[in-house]
Amino acid sequence: MEAIILQILNGLDKGSAYALIALGLTLIFGTLGVVNFAHGALFMIGAFCAVTLSRILTLSHTIVDETRTDFLGNPLKVEVPYVHDIFGVSTGDVIIDWAVPLSILFAIPVMIAIGIIMERGLIKHFYKRPHADQILVTFGLAIVLQEIIKYYFGANPIPTPAPDAFKGSFDFGQALGFDPNLIIYPYWRIVYFAFAMIIIGAVFAFLQFTTFGMVVRAGMADRETVQLLGINIDRRFTLMFGMAAAVAGLAGVMYTPINSPNYHMGMDFLVLSFVVVVVGGMGSLPGAVLAGFLLGVLESFASMREVLAVLPGLNQIIIYLVAIVILLTRPRGLMGRKGVMEE
Amino acid sequence: MSKSTLTRRGVLKSGAVAGAGLALPTYLAAGSHAGYTNAPTGSTVTLGFNVPQTGPYADEGADELRAFQLAVEHLNGGGDGGMMNTFSSKTLDGTGILGKKVEFVTGDTQTKSDAARASARSMIEKDGAVMISGGSSSGVAVAVQALCQEAGVIFMAGLTHSNDTTGKDKKANGFRHFFNSYMSGAALAPILANNYGTDRKAYHLTADYNWGYTTEEAVRTSTEAMGWETVAAVKTPLTQTDFSSYIAPVLQSGADVLVLNHYGGNMVNSLTNAVQFGLRDKLVNNKNFEIVVPLYSRLMAKGAGANVKGIYGSTNWHWSLQDEGSKAFVRSFGEKYGFPPSQAAHTCYVQTLLYADACNRAGTFNPCGVAEALEGFEFDGMGNGKTLYRAEDHQCFKDVLVVRGKENPTSEFDLLEIVEVTPVDQVTYDASIFGGELGSCNPGA
Amino acid sequence: MFGLEKKDWNLLLFVAALVALAPFILNPFPENSAMAQFNAGYPDLMQRFVIFGIFAIGFNILFGLTGYLSFGHAAFLGVGSYAAIWMMKLLTMNVIPAIILSVIVAGIFSVLVGYVTLRRSGIYFSILTLAFAQMSYSLAYSVLTPITGGETGLQPKVSDPRILDGAIADGTIPKANLFGLEMGASFDLSIAGWVFTFNAGYYIAAIVMLASFYLAIRIFRSPFGLMMRAVKSNQQRMNYTGLNTKPYTLAAFVISGMYAGLAGGLMVAMDTQAGPERMFWTASGEVVLMTILGGAGTLIGPVLGAGVIKYMENILSKINSDILHGWFAFMPDGMEDFTVAILYPFIGKGWHLTLGILFMLVVIFLPGGLVEGGQRIRALFGRGKAEDKPSTEPAE
Repeated sequence: MEAIILQILNGLDKGSAYALIALGLTLIFGTLGVVNFAHGALFMIGAFCAVTLSRILTLSHTIVDETRTDFLGNPLKVEVPYVHDIFGVSTGDVIIDWAVPLSILFAIPVMIAIGIIMERGLIKHFYKRPHADQILVTFGLAIVLQEIIKYYFGANPIPTPAPDAFKGSFDFGQALGFDPNLIIYPYWRIVYFAFAMIIIGAVFAFLQFTTFGMVVRAGMADRETVQLLGINIDRRFTLMFGMAAAVAGLAGVMYTPINSPNYHMGMDFLVLSFVVVVVGGMGSLPGAVLAGFLLGVLESFASMREVLAVLPGLNQIIIYLVAIVILLTRPRGLMGRKGVMEE
Repeated sequence: MSKSTLTRRGVLKSGAVAGAGLALPTYLAAGSHAGYTNAPTGSTVTLGFNVPQTGPYADEGADELRAFQLAVEHLNGGGDGGMMNTFSSKTLDGTGILGKKVEFVTGDTQTKSDAARASARSMIEKDGAVMISGGSSSGVAVAVQALCQEAGVIFMAGLTHSNDTTGKDKKANGFRHFFNSYMSGAALAPILANNYGTDRKAYHLTADYNWGYTTEEAVRTSTEAMGWETVAAVKTPLTQTDFSSYIAPVLQSGADVLVLNHYGGNMVNSLTNAVQFGLRDKLVNNKNFEIVVPLYSRLMAKGAGANVKGIYGSTNWHWSLQDEGSKAFVRSFGEKYGFPPSQAAHTCYVQTLLYADACNRAGTFNPCGVAEALEGFEFDGMGNGKTLYRAEDHQCFKDVLVVRGKENPTSEFDLLEIVEVTPVDQVTYDASIFGGELGSCNPGA
Repeated sequence: MFGLEKKDWNLLLFVAALVALAPFILNPFPENSAMAQFNAGYPDLMQRFVIFGIFAIGFNILFGLTGYLSFGHAAFLGVGSYAAIWMMKLLTMNVIPAIILSVIVAGIFSVLVGYVTLRRSGIYFSILTLAFAQMSYSLAYSVLTPITGGETGLQPKVSDPRILDGAIADGTIPKANLFGLEMGASFDLSIAGWVFTFNAGYYIAAIVMLASFYLAIRIFRSPFGLMMRAVKSNQQRMNYTGLNTKPYTLAAFVISGMYAGLAGGLMVAMDTQAGPERMFWTASGEVVLMTILGGAGTLIGPVLGAGVIKYMENILSKINSDILHGWFAFMPDGMEDFTVAILYPFIGKGWHLTLGILFMLVVIFLPGGLVEGGQRIRALFGRGKAEDKPSTEPAE
């Protein structure tokens, strides 16, 4: 029982990351009809926004401490962050400690800008081109983006911890009346889940309840008619691309304390997020979210040692197995529309 | 048209003006007079350094490459000589190897066996390398070692920790200086027993591939011998990035120690996740919950950040060692690059010097001669104390370091502290226990 | 001739000439010149060119003709490799049985996978093939270790049974051969400063590649090929005319899977090693990239694409900063450092960056791939006929 509750928690948490990335991918596909292989790279760039901001916050000048020596026996150079000089040591440390949440503010404009530049500079030339060309060009872009990040930040993961306030874990079990320590879950992962929920809710509300969203939805359904009505749908689609990039980027920012970011984290998520999108049904936003959570929960169950004892290796293939079963029983994924990406 | 009786080197000499001043590879091919592959006949000898330059281990590869460059510089008489001054064998005098200037070519293994073999073959076939070294994973090491055996060149393994490299997949042309899973287990277990007691319940998370298996096996056997109980061992996919669903059930199992048989990105992520779950703040069976990482690497510890504090593991070498050899190496590396070397850099540097010295002692670059010179070779002054290159399996036997994540690091490099230097006797095993056969050396040609 | 039209016959002859003269063409620079770094005429790379050429030709039979974009083709290559290496371990180091078995096993596997995945089309098909390939990769890496060797893969060992082969002499190791002719056997021809290497393995692989290429031309020109194109342009219409397209697409899928298996078998024959990362999704992606880069749906395009990618992977990645400094040593110091600093991110460990930029440039400016680039150049010089190479329309 405890084990199952725990894995559901886990699944929801994993699922929220999958759902966020799949949501952004579906926004782009649904509005622009473009298969964006660079979406994982946007997630990765979001994570590196957090790294960059914490680097900026810890920007330091060095003072030489004669009393201590470095590994070569020379006097030790101590790095003093400018933030300490400006705000004093204690306030400065708090600011540095909160680098990841602060990065949200930093990442939103950066990601929207990157998204818009990408759309205007590259993607718009590919609306009429075959999907294979879109895949190739965005894949090329993904490689270029990750190589640039690698050039500046190296290949090793870079630790970006959550603020101290979120360290440790919450004892769900005790709250539910189980023994202590049976069902614990880290605070930051709970934050991540809540954050994902807010973003997903915001995107849906935006599309559902604003005029802008209505026009975009109309454009998704029938682009020509909306254009004939004299609405500049292209500009709105550009903004949607920026928004999708921001969703991917924020997912990346908040993910950094969970796993130290590295330059290839986008590629690691890319295949998975495509599986999620396709299982959900190409172009369906609720489908993407649903599939994200479904795969997250199933993946968690497959990793239980009780399950692995019966079916060794199931954790290796569960995602793909589920994808195959769903696609064979529901031809267009969970909530896909007919005729989308089937040609 | 002529049947190839000339060596490529011969062609070089007779055919064209030697491209003086150009640091370019020179061509050699199998099938030369000298009776072995790529016999150098000019004034230079070419070594091939095959390291991961792309992919997740690119930083480790870059550090290996720095060490190789340093080693070549020292061999050719540049710099301060580094470990050549402390090495117990004194044949290296800064005049290259056997009087030939050392040149090198580099390649990218991508940490993939196929790419690594392609790159190694290009060094052998195109650039005329007589020795291949480097690498950052056991899969690659085993694959390239088999290739070198076939091609008739020497393989000096870089960072490879699986028992298989000098166990069931050992080859006569391949040599490993790095330690292995068995040694990690044997060195760690007594320290763990001393610090955490002999009545412990361990939960293993193991990367689901060969290296993971041998490491789990080694740690399990040696800790169980100390009285520990293994509660569960769960295999995790190599491609896993979020380990939460594997770590969450650990406490429910009643275990009070978590052993992470992971390396590289897997290790960084699983350790970060475990610390995130607050496992180390928990009290289980009235004991503090502990985490163990059998194979540590400083570069990876850096990726895990503050999460490594207080966590035990083993390592092949660490820059804070105070013997003369280590100090000399750290000094020349640090002065050249501005930061201390990693264990990967150390093993690659040492392997290059060992190879050079073996050639000098054998008086030839012939792989069979070099192998004979290395087999059973005892040396000192290379950072790990007295070391033996065992003839039976071409594995180095030396002291193993048990380290712990440092509580108060003074710099970004100062992440690990040495807890104990486990003497070589304690980690020595019988050469036959892992099976495999060495075969006999292949000079190619 | 041989059932080929003149145009196709010329193309085949052209490819045959390229392949036969590859040791010359790929080694245009003298041994000790600064440009020798760019020579690609050594056995390993030449073998890879033709092997990946076969892989891409086969992939193109599926993708170029039917438009079905498989994202899991590397699985067939991997399965073929495992079949071949086991044949070598158990039966004989002669490459013939190994290659034959690899084609058969890959064929059977592709029937199974194709039967399931072809129930869907478009991106759903792509994801299904990807799922099968990733499962093959994951299982081969982990739980199937006893059969696949796991991470370390499989290599022939002295202790293998090899029931058809005699005992090998002490001190030697089993080597892949064709009735005694070792794949690694080479013959060097030296003319002045140039050295050209003729490798037995390469020519064997090249002959297989030419046969595959010939077969591909025949398939493209056959009624079957026409049917495939009809499927690509409008499958629904085909279905309305009362024709069941599935046997045709399955046939194309299996043929293309067998090509991949053949490539896998040859890979083992040339370099006796099989490992799971051959089946990873990036390997499947690579053949997609080769095909599109060269020109999907064209006959020669995939071969060119394979050549370009393998060339970059093997040549560009080996240029390190020392070599760069060597090249530009003639410049004044400051300028030398500057030039090296500009070029350095794109070579050696930065070769991925160059590859990514190349993909983008080709797709943006040459939608038809390198073949289109070639045609444009020919048109520019006024020699190109309007309809020179068949069917260069971009794939969909």
